[in-house]
Amino acid sequence: MAPAKADRRHRSPHLPATGLRFLLLAALSILLLVIDHRHNHLDAVRKAIGATVYPLRVIVDAPVSLWLWIEEASSSRNELQLEISRLNAERLLTQARLQKYAALEAENTRLRALLEATSAVRDQVRVAEIMSVSSNPFRHVLVVDKGTRDGVFDGQAIIDADGVVGQIIEAGVLSSQGILISDPDHALPVEVNRNGLRTIAVGTGEYDRLVLPFLPNNADIREGDLLVTSGLGGAFPAGYPVAVVDSVVRIPQEPFAAVSAAPSAALNQVREVMLIWSAEEPEPAPEAVVSEEAQGE
Amino acid sequence: MSRERDFHPQPVIITLIIALMLAIAPMPDWAEPFRPDWVTMTLIYWSMNLPRYYSIGWAWIIGLILDVAQGTLLGQHALALSLVIYVTVTFHLQMRQFPTLQLSLTVCALLALYQFILFWINGVAGVNTAAITYWGPVISGSLLWPLMTMLFGGARYRART
Repeated sequence: MAPAKADRRHRSPHLPATGLRFLLLAALSILLLVIDHRHNHLDAVRKAIGATVYPLRVIVDAPVSLWLWIEEASSSRNELQLEISRLNAERLLTQARLQKYAALEAENTRLRALLEATSAVRDQVRVAEIMSVSSNPFRHVLVVDKGTRDGVFDGQAIIDADGVVGQIIEAGVLSSQGILISDPDHALPVEVNRNGLRTIAVGTGEYDRLVLPFLPNNADIREGDLLVTSGLGGAFPAGYPVAVVDSVVRIPQEPFAAVSAAPSAALNQVREVMLIWSAEEPEPAPEAVVSEEAQGE
Repeated sequence: MSRERDFHPQPVIITLIIALMLAIAPMPDWAEPFRPDWVTMTLIYWSMNLPRYYSIGWAWIIGLILDVAQGTLLGQHALALSLVIYVTVTFHLQMRQFPTLQLSLTVCALLALYQFILFWINGVAGVNTAAITYWGPVISGSLLWPLMTMLFGGARYRART
């Protein structure tokens, strides 16, 4: 009996003040929660801790990258040739479209210069790779492999080839977190491409559905309407496709129609996304300079 | 004092890093709701067996890392983990005596407590959530607990002080 007692006495004194320590840390957690929820003053802390998570993300991502690399390295010559010819055809098509676009853009700049309007905003893009997506079903968050070192900033828009994906919420040094437009906490100002009707598209927590909760019953909207960013919120540049309306239900008693839309971007399938810079320095268009010189003479 | 010299944190740190990696690793959509709380389970294991070295302080710091990794409010996982580990450390002597089934049930209760704190903070902060989805990790976690203790046996032997 005695040795057991001595043993226990030897063990227990090494657990001092667990309750006190717990109370202190719990109070600290609640303080952090309140500060983080009410104000956003903890970005520096998040960034510091985020830097420690970065190597883990790289390791977790490694098997996928390795698999992609092996797949690429081992695909047969025949497949590669097929791929190359397909890509060449696609490139030709895109170039043809681009030519038209370049002509239109030049014309647009000329017209704007004539009207003495501000020069059109030129958007620059940078490709980023998705490192991981959120493991939390209520937060549609992804992590991309570009950070402030590459010029990423908070609020930057993320798009893919088909449309808007989301925006950066936390730009770290080496990687950044972005929120998807399908996150239940995300809302973005959109307009109907057909008639310019402005409204707000809110995420639902499902990857393939957004809702437009603020449209009155008599709003001019129908299935198949394309929604594009209106640029009014300031975060997203205007004119990028967001979603296509797939159901409009008008309930006479309710003040608002139940409208839902399917995002154009493949939110849960993309592997690479683009970050957009809208370079807002109003550089004078060359045509405008020429015309002024012509006037001077 | 010779106990301090026998302190081997490597196995604990390695298992915690693996648990953190499992917590952020991508999973197929159908398995996502049943992703076990690996980090919580790992911390419960170590604080139950070596409560003098791994207790609330570790849980709090790991919780903060989880908060940043998952993009939740800073302090949410930290608070939930500290509470769970506090309960574990308080009852660690009893828990060590439990047979596997009873211990699994205890872990199930601890995981439910953990998810409840997360749910509660989400509710207070106004984050949209469906209550049913919180049960997935609790169920998968308590089912995987016996397997995890078996795997950790070797690591624990090396971490013994």
